[in-house]
Amino acid sequence: MVNKDLLNYTIQLADDVMILGHRVSEWTGHGPVLEQDIALTNISLDLIGKARNLYQYAAKQEGNGKTEDDYPFKRDAREWTNALLVEQKNGDFAQTIVRQFLFDCYHFYHLKALSKSTDEQMAYIGAKSVKEAKYHLQYSAEWMVRLGDGTEESHSRMQQALGDKIHYFEELFIPTKSESKLLKTGIAPDLSLIREKAYAKLNAVLQESTLSLPEDIFPQQGGRKGNHTEYLGFILAELQYMQKSYPNLTW
Amino acid sequence: MKKYLPLYEIFIRSKNGLHHKHVGSLHASDPQMAIMNARDVYTRRQEGISIWVIESKDITASNPTDSDAFYAPAEDKVYRHPTFYKLPDEVKYM
Repeated sequence: MVNKDLLNYTIQLADDVMILGHRVSEWTGHGPVLEQDIALTNISLDLIGKARNLYQYAAKQEGNGKTEDDYPFKRDAREWTNALLVEQKNGDFAQTIVRQFLFDCYHFYHLKALSKSTDEQMAYIGAKSVKEAKYHLQYSAEWMVRLGDGTEESHSRMQQALGDKIHYFEELFIPTKSESKLLKTGIAPDLSLIREKAYAKLNAVLQESTLSLPEDIFPQQGGRKGNHTEYLGFILAELQYMQKSYPNLTW
Repeated sequence: MKKYLPLYEIFIRSKNGLHHKHVGSLHASDPQMAIMNARDVYTRRQEGISIWVIESKDITASNPTDSDAFYAPAEDKVYRHPTFYKLPDEVKYM
């Protein structure tokens, strides 16, 4: 029998990295310098790779001939359960780095905990991806400090980006109903513990970056329930173009 | 751009026991960024386990116009080659 909660949770985790991976991939060929173009593309590939692992796992759980491709290519915006943070625009390099850093703060500690999941497949995916996320966090934290504690221009852009994106941070730590149920059986990690670690990292890096959180933060949420910002529709339009134009097209 | 991102030469050791080998160059603002960039640019396909970086300007190179004086005289001195020793099979990477 399909465990609906585990399935929802698997898709939710996949959606986060699928959308962020797609967003970061938009930099490919447009990076500020060749070195960063490749760095961002590597990160994007890591994220999409993890999304594939999770979608494959979801398809296995669901059976009925489902494949990994059905989830990213055949669902409308309302069916996506990614957090709002990951669908936010790339903007300038500062906006991309701040979005990445906020996600990495959550992602790294989440994967670390997920690698101890009582669900064998989840534990495997967690252990495999945590090495990648460790590098992502190192990369984005490094840029937070470089640009935050850089020139007047880079500092102001980073401060602006932080002010724009921080409102989407808290949503990452709000468990869904399915997640809360899975916590009891040790499949999903405890988000409150991850939140503590993520904030500790965030604060440490902000201090080093000479950046500060805005006084007023208005936590936004809704992504987990399918209520997305205006951007997701545009992402899906591009991501799903081929399947929408030529249904069931294969290579 | 050049003013802010100087060129670095990248050396990668492909496995333990081998020496670092020059693989190319890239731009970075300091050695730490050069190492991260090198990781992203030159080790994507498991090429290495260790990275060295050095700013290109710190390398002093021989001048090609010196070729005659530098290298030609060694041409007829075969006795400098240690070809009279037998190498045991266990010695690799010579």
